[in-house]
Amino acid sequence: MSKAAQIDIASVSKIYGTTTAVHAISLKIPAGTYCCLLGPSGCGKTSTLRMIAGHESISSGDIRLGNAVVTDLPPARRGTAMMFQSYALFPHLDLVDNVAFSLKMKGVSKDERHAKALDMLKLMQLEAYATRRPAQLSGGQQQRVALARALITDPEALLLDEPLSALDPFLKIRMRAELKKLQTSLGITFVHVTHSQEEAMALADLIVVMNDGRIEQAAHPRMVFERPATAFVARFMGDHNVISGRVIESSENMLKLSVPAGGEFLATNTGAAGLTDSADIAVRTDRVRIGEPSEKGLGFTGSVTNVEYRGSSVKLSVNGAGVEDFTAILSDTAFFANRVKVGEAIPLCWNREDVVVLGRLKH
Amino acid sequence: MATMTSSETGKAEGGRAKGFRLSPVLISYLQAAPLTLILGGFLLIPILMTGIVSFWDYDFAQMYPDFVTFNYTETLGSWVTWKTYLNTLKFAFLVWAVTLFIGFWVAYFLAFHIRTTAMQMVLFLVCTVPFLTSNIIRMISWIPVLGRNGLVNSALTNAGIVSEPVEWLLYSDFAVVLAMVHLYTLFMVTPIFNTLMRIDKTLVEAARDAGASGWQVLTNVIIPLAKPGMAIGTIFVVTLVMADFSTVQVMSGGQSASVALMMKNQMSLLQYPAAAANAVVLLVLVLLMVAGILRIVDIRKEL
Repeated sequence: MSKAAQIDIASVSKIYGTTTAVHAISLKIPAGTYCCLLGPSGCGKTSTLRMIAGHESISSGDIRLGNAVVTDLPPARRGTAMMFQSYALFPHLDLVDNVAFSLKMKGVSKDERHAKALDMLKLMQLEAYATRRPAQLSGGQQQRVALARALITDPEALLLDEPLSALDPFLKIRMRAELKKLQTSLGITFVHVTHSQEEAMALADLIVVMNDGRIEQAAHPRMVFERPATAFVARFMGDHNVISGRVIESSENMLKLSVPAGGEFLATNTGAAGLTDSADIAVRTDRVRIGEPSEKGLGFTGSVTNVEYRGSSVKLSVNGAGVEDFTAILSDTAFFANRVKVGEAIPLCWNREDVVVLGRLKH
Repeated sequence: MATMTSSETGKAEGGRAKGFRLSPVLISYLQAAPLTLILGGFLLIPILMTGIVSFWDYDFAQMYPDFVTFNYTETLGSWVTWKTYLNTLKFAFLVWAVTLFIGFWVAYFLAFHIRTTAMQMVLFLVCTVPFLTSNIIRMISWIPVLGRNGLVNSALTNAGIVSEPVEWLLYSDFAVVLAMVHLYTLFMVTPIFNTLMRIDKTLVEAARDAGASGWQVLTNVIIPLAKPGMAIGTIFVVTLVMADFSTVQVMSGGQSASVALMMKNQMSLLQYPAAAANAVVLLVLVLLMVAGILRIVDIRKEL
C-alpha cells in the first residue's frame, strides 16, 4: 500500500539542561520492521521516539529516514506519523474531521477529504460512528480513530507512544493483535514504545531494550530472551536468575564464578563483552530442576523460602550458596510428584546450555 | 428490606432518645436556608419589587401603588430611549471586541509561552494588581493622562506631531471605551486563561504532526477549544458594560449616555417607577443576550 522506510539513528543524544536523557545511541531499523523500544520509565525510549517524530530537537547526531536526513525537518515533512499515548484526538471535532485533519491542513477540498476520511474509518470499522465526537467512544474505538488519523497521511513509518497503556487488559491483547495485523498488511515500519516486555515479545521483529539513555540490546525477541546481552536485559525480560560473582577460572570454553560467601558456578565462555574479574551469568527459571547436578557448578543446595502455585506451573523461591531469591519454575506434574515445603533444603540443578554469560556495557 | 431499615433506624433512635434530635427533613431545610435567605433577600425580592414598582403611578414627590402601563409605553415610545439603548449597545460591542482581542492574547501568552506554573501565577497576579484600587480612582487617573494638557497631548505637541492638543482623547466615546477596556479586560483574561490551561498540550503536537502551521493550530485547535472561556468572558463584559453608568458619566463628561445613566437621572428626579420600567427592559435585554451567547457556545464543561 505504501512505501516503507528504513530508520537510521546515528549517535543521537538528547540533553535537557544538565541531564542527558539519551546517550549517543545508534540503531538501524530495517524498512517494514515492527520495532519495539522497551525499557523502564525514564530510560529515554519516549525521548528517542519523539526525536524520530520531530517533536523533540536532537542535541547531537543525525536521524535518516529512507535516504533523507530528517534531523532538522518539522514533523509533518518527515514522512512519519505519530500516535500519541493519550491519542490526542481533537475533542471539538467529529471523527471524520479528526481523521481528515491533516488533509484539511494541506488544503484538500472538503468533499475529497471527507471521502478519504470515511474510507479510512471504514478500514477501521468505525464508519457507523463518523459523526460522533471522540468523547462518545470507548478507549479501543478512540485508539482506532487515532490510528486512522495517523495513517491517512500515508506515512513511511508509524510511531506509537505507549499505544496500549490506556486500555484494560483484555482490550490490550485484542488491540495488540490488530496492530500486528495492520503492520503486516500495510508493510510500513512501526516503532512502538512500551514498558511491557510481554507486549514487546508479542509484537516486535526487533526489540530494543533501553536503560538509562543507552541501548542494552537490539535483537529479535527470541535472541533477546534466549541470549540476553546484559544483566539488565536478563532481569528486565524476566524468567532469568542472574548470578553475579568473581571470575576464578576462565579458559577457552569454560568460565567459573565464585559468589561471595557461597558456591561456585560454571558457564560456557562465549567471549561476552566487557568482562574483567567479575561477571554475571543468567539461568533460565523454567530450566531449573530439583536434583543433584551432573557436574559441580551447575546447581546448588538451598532452602525453600516460598512456594507459589500458578496452575500449570509452580514457582519456588530458594536461598542458598550466596544466592538470594533464586527462582525455579517447575511444571505442576514435576512438583506434585515430589512435593517440597517452605523451609526444606533441596538440591537444584540445570544443564550447561541453559546458562548464559552476560556482558557489560562500556560506559 | 424496607422494614429492616425502618426497624434499625427505630433502634438507633431509641438508643439516643435522651438527646435532642432534629428530624432529617428539618435538617435539610436548615442547610438550604442561608443561601435561600441571601438569594431571596438580595436578588429575588429586589427584582420582584422593581417589577411591581414599574407599574406604579408617580408625580414629582410621591409614588402611588397602582397598575398603569404608561411607564413602559413612555420608555419604549421615546426616541431618546432607543438612542440611549443603541449607544449602550455600541459601547458594549466595542468594549467586547477590544477586550476579547486583548484578553485572548494575554491569556494565550500566559498559557502557552510561559513555561513554569510559578511564573504563570506571578504574571497572572500582576494582571490583578490594578484591582487593588477602586474603579473610580482607576477611571479618574485617566484624566491627567488624556486631558487637554495631559501626558499624551503634551508629549504629542512637544514632539511636534500635532500643532494643537487633540480634543477627542478625553470626554468622548473614545475615552469611555478606553476606560471600560481598562476596567474589564481582566474579566475576559481569567476565563480564557482557565480554558487554555485545560487544553491538552499534546493536541498542539498532534496538530503539528498533521502538518498544521502555527496559524492553523491557532484557528483549528486553540480558538475552537477556547470558545467556552470566551463565552464566559463575554457574558461578564457585556453585562458589566450594559449596567455601567459611572464610567460613561465621568469619561464622556456628560456628553454620552447609557441606559444605566438614564435610570440614575430618572431616580435623581424621583421618577422611581419610570426607572424601574427601564430596569426591567434592560434586564430582559441582557438576559436575552446571555441566552443568545449560551445558545451559540456550550459552556457547561467549564462550570
